[in-house]
Amino acid sequence: MAEECEADVAIEVNGAVKRYGNKTVVSDVDLSVRTGEHMVLIGHNGAGKTTLMKLMLGLTHPCAGQVRVLGSNPASAAAEQRREIGYLPESVAFHSAMKGREVLAFYARLKGVSRSECDSILVQVGLEQAADRRVSTYSKGMRQRLGLAQAVLGKPRLLFLDEPTSGLDPSLRRQFYDLIDTLSLSGTTSLTSSHSLNEVEARADRIAIMRGGSILACGTLAELSRLAGLPVVVRLRVVAGQTADVAGQLAHMGEIHRVNDHGINLSCLGASKMVLFRHIASLGDVIEDMDVVPPRLDEIYNHYMEQAQP
Amino acid sequence: MKAIGILAVNEFLDGLRNRWVAAAIILLGTTALALLLVGSAPTGTIRAGALDVSVVSLTSLSVYLLPLIALLLSFDALVGEFERGTMLLLLTYPVARWQVVMGKFLGHMMILLTAVAVGYGGAAVITVLFTDNGVEGWQAYVTMMGSTLLLGAVFIGLGYLVSVLVRERSTAAGAAVVLWLIFVVLYDLALLGLLLADHEQRMGQTLFSTLMLVSPADTYRLLNLTAFDAVGQAAGIAGVAARAGFGIPLLLGLMVTWIVLPLAATMAVFHRREL
Repeated sequence: MAEECEADVAIEVNGAVKRYGNKTVVSDVDLSVRTGEHMVLIGHNGAGKTTLMKLMLGLTHPCAGQVRVLGSNPASAAAEQRREIGYLPESVAFHSAMKGREVLAFYARLKGVSRSECDSILVQVGLEQAADRRVSTYSKGMRQRLGLAQAVLGKPRLLFLDEPTSGLDPSLRRQFYDLIDTLSLSGTTSLTSSHSLNEVEARADRIAIMRGGSILACGTLAELSRLAGLPVVVRLRVVAGQTADVAGQLAHMGEIHRVNDHGINLSCLGASKMVLFRHIASLGDVIEDMDVVPPRLDEIYNHYMEQAQP
Repeated sequence: MKAIGILAVNEFLDGLRNRWVAAAIILLGTTALALLLVGSAPTGTIRAGALDVSVVSLTSLSVYLLPLIALLLSFDALVGEFERGTMLLLLTYPVARWQVVMGKFLGHMMILLTAVAVGYGGAAVITVLFTDNGVEGWQAYVTMMGSTLLLGAVFIGLGYLVSVLVRERSTAAGAAVVLWLIFVVLYDLALLGLLLADHEQRMGQTLFSTLMLVSPADTYRLLNLTAFDAVGQAAGIAGVAARAGFGIPLLLGLMVTWIVLPLAATMAVFHRREL
């Protein structure tokens, strides 16, 4: 049973604490990422996302608690194990005097990846034209692509992306995530940190919201909105003249926000939404149309942020 | 092992790319050539051949230059990569931290080896080809080249130790200059002062010689000036070390210790360092 769990869980963090001097950067974090899962860490700058990643990469040691990555302690595991891991640091830096191709070839040699794979990755990230230019001439977007290229060398089982799109303009962002999706490598587990919510919403299997070094909530988007108790907004189009009547009937099931000639906006909690839907359905032809708007990730995020406010 | 080789080659290529290798070759080559040509001018009574005579002057030159070049190469090696953020990425690769230090060390030694071999070696070849002096004394010359590399290795190790201990590049640069001043200039000045102040010769020769051995620069001098009689005669200190009881193995052993200790300390500090 334990072995089964081991194979199923790529990253396991139990009660991890990291302090620098008096400052607690990561406090008592529990997090488990299943194999093949796309986990997204969300939080403001300074929420502890980068430090948590560094703990998982074995770059720092936890002051308390345990971190296990691919079945072993990353801080003491054999260097060889890091062959399975790809990492794109926040604001990635390279030797600026080297050419793009040389940089990638250097990292490929360290990982024991062939030269031909390097060339094909350069094409995939769209750097084949710029590959023979010095990295110092690269734009932010190009450096980020080179960073992604080195992270996916050797098809890692586990991919860490720390704010991969910070500093990129919106169209580059989309390109970048499309790129990650095409490279995403069947079965690769990934952990992405971000502070822009909408762009990761669609990519995440599960989301962990971090603030002040702790994880406030973790789950799928649906789970998080249920836990947050955020209302679902329902918009009804009603036969003209009937709105006041319908609103009266629904008043006890949710909160009515707006009533006009042919429309009603109301909201109810996720838990009671099916009861509301059934009731609306039983009203028959009076209801012409219905839209349901679930809470968006940024609303959920704001909710948790406000809740955590002292 | 493979990782060390990859890192060493990368470091050497970096030295070629940013012209470090070229600059060091030109610096060592031209100064050595100048000294060799002066040394091979007819100098009257000295009977030593040109190559081993020049070992005396080249030793005095190397004692200043090599530590300087080695420290310039090494002070930035670790702190520079911490600052730029390249170390963070490198350490997520299948490379152990001691391998990073070892790889850089071998790469920097390849740079020094190239500079000394081409600079000093080339100067000697030119002198032999274009003057009447023969190849007599080449053994002393080659020994000088080898021990010069050891001296360079000592200061590369010391440079790494500085580089891993400080938080900022600028601090490392300052500390490297201070190290150079202490080991190459101030320590010897202090010894000289001590000797002058000691009118009644209470200190004794053994203590004085032992104090000399504390400094890797002086160990290097002793090694070169006493290994070959002809050199010693030219330098006028023949037998000083022999009388004090220092054999070549002891001197070599001291040099190696001076290389191993800073490197080991660097690895230990780096191992605990949190990024």
